[in-house]
Amino acid sequence: MTGDLLLSVRGAGKQFMQGNRLRWACRDVSFDLYPGEVLAVVGESGSGKSTLLRLLAARLGLDAGSVHYDVRGEAGADGGPGRSAAGLVDLAQLSEARLRWLSRTDWGFVEQHARDGLRMNVSGGANIGERMMALGARHYGKLRSEALSWMERVELETDRIDDLPGSYSGGMQQRLQIARNLVTHPRLVFMDEPTTGLDVSVQARLLDLVRELVNQLQLAAVIVTHDLAVARLLAHRMLVMKDGCVVEQGLTDRVLDDPQHPYTQLLVSSVLTP
Amino acid sequence: MTAVLETSDLSKTFTLHARGGLVLPVFSGISLSLRPGECLALTGHSGSGKSSLLRCLYGNYSASSGDVRIRHADQWVSLSTAAPREVLEVRRRTLGYVSQFLRVIPRVSTLDIVAEPLRRLGVAADEARSQAAQWLARLNLHERLWHLPPATFSGGEQQRVNIAHGLIAGHPVLLLDEPTASLDADNRRVVVELIHAARAGGAAVIGIFHDDEVRAAVASRCLDVEDYRQSN
Repeated sequence: MTGDLLLSVRGAGKQFMQGNRLRWACRDVSFDLYPGEVLAVVGESGSGKSTLLRLLAARLGLDAGSVHYDVRGEAGADGGPGRSAAGLVDLAQLSEARLRWLSRTDWGFVEQHARDGLRMNVSGGANIGERMMALGARHYGKLRSEALSWMERVELETDRIDDLPGSYSGGMQQRLQIARNLVTHPRLVFMDEPTTGLDVSVQARLLDLVRELVNQLQLAAVIVTHDLAVARLLAHRMLVMKDGCVVEQGLTDRVLDDPQHPYTQLLVSSVLTP
Repeated sequence: MTAVLETSDLSKTFTLHARGGLVLPVFSGISLSLRPGECLALTGHSGSGKSSLLRCLYGNYSASSGDVRIRHADQWVSLSTAAPREVLEVRRRTLGYVSQFLRVIPRVSTLDIVAEPLRRLGVAADEARSQAAQWLARLNLHERLWHLPPATFSGGEQQRVNIAHGLIAGHPVLLLDEPTASLDADNRRVVVELIHAARAGGAAVIGIFHDDEVRAAVASRCLDVEDYRQSN
């Protein structure tokens, strides 16, 4: 967890029409993220946490504030457009093509429903190979051996490489989605409720895997979850959201063990511990 | 020798918002200073705030007022104002903590749990595991348990895993929350020896020791947390 700032968010907000009134789905969110740092965004459904994730990943446009990222490559070398003093680039200044390149190479996005993050009509191996091809890899043998090695890393049986993801179990699909995202060695991964909807034993296995990979690869991650145990296990820091606003943020164990805000106290005290 | 840990006018209060903002004062005005090789025992009745103080020193609880400062990489770091990643860095290199209860990670073996603090310092997996094995052997944890996750272990077994995990990295400042509470006499003796060895190696120790014999054996001085009780 060293190095220079990777992501800097200032006053980020998004408005939606609800009925015929504008409402802030998320508002005035600010934080910095460093390489290797894992941030959990927690809150109940409707708190704006998934909207925030989509804003950060530039899948939604900001209505307020800014998101800056340490874009590596040519945009940075010559101090390109929108580059701040800290060397970060304002994502709003990047072209569509450049953003697409960023999200296919240096970022990962793990969807809650693996089906939304996978291509269901091509094989498991092709799902992993796709992002490598976006980086210019064309050699079939190399693509296949890289796909096999990633299947092993995420504990998928390699003889399933030619099967369609639809034939995989939910937990396997989620692991495939993770392999598909990590194959290009991104520095930042966004995860939207990665374990929700999986059986408990499958969840434990996936969490353990994510924890290992994040450590090994020194990934920075923003993980949206409503599950405080997931935040405790994976995140260095957390951010608690309610009604679109951040009510508390800080070191994960401090927020969970000594919550200050009334809403965080309610959230922490509402969890059943077996 | 200069201090490695200091608190100035430290106080802790809990505000329970679900109970109409009920304020629970714990302690106030604690100023202490700890040097390498010292062992300070916290005393006081159950509920007097010993564990809360230890958690403040670890940065797990926030200080309500006052400050905790720790000597880290030749600089003073204030745990109240440090960014989360700085607190984690202090814990990785400088500040060790043996809690009363082991937080179990699903599927991770005892050996890997104990090896983890070394792995985080960059020690290779094999070397970290082999050192972890030595610690577990020293604490008389049966070898057949090493490859199991400690979720189903007895209280005493989990506590020994916790102690090995807390001491293995050789941190210069150690916080020990009742490290011998569920141990038998033989293992208590081992822990006392380990604390002596840590102090001899220059570690500064703050601990809660319910067992009078253990406390007398390891502590160089005591601080009664009751003396700092906040009145309502």
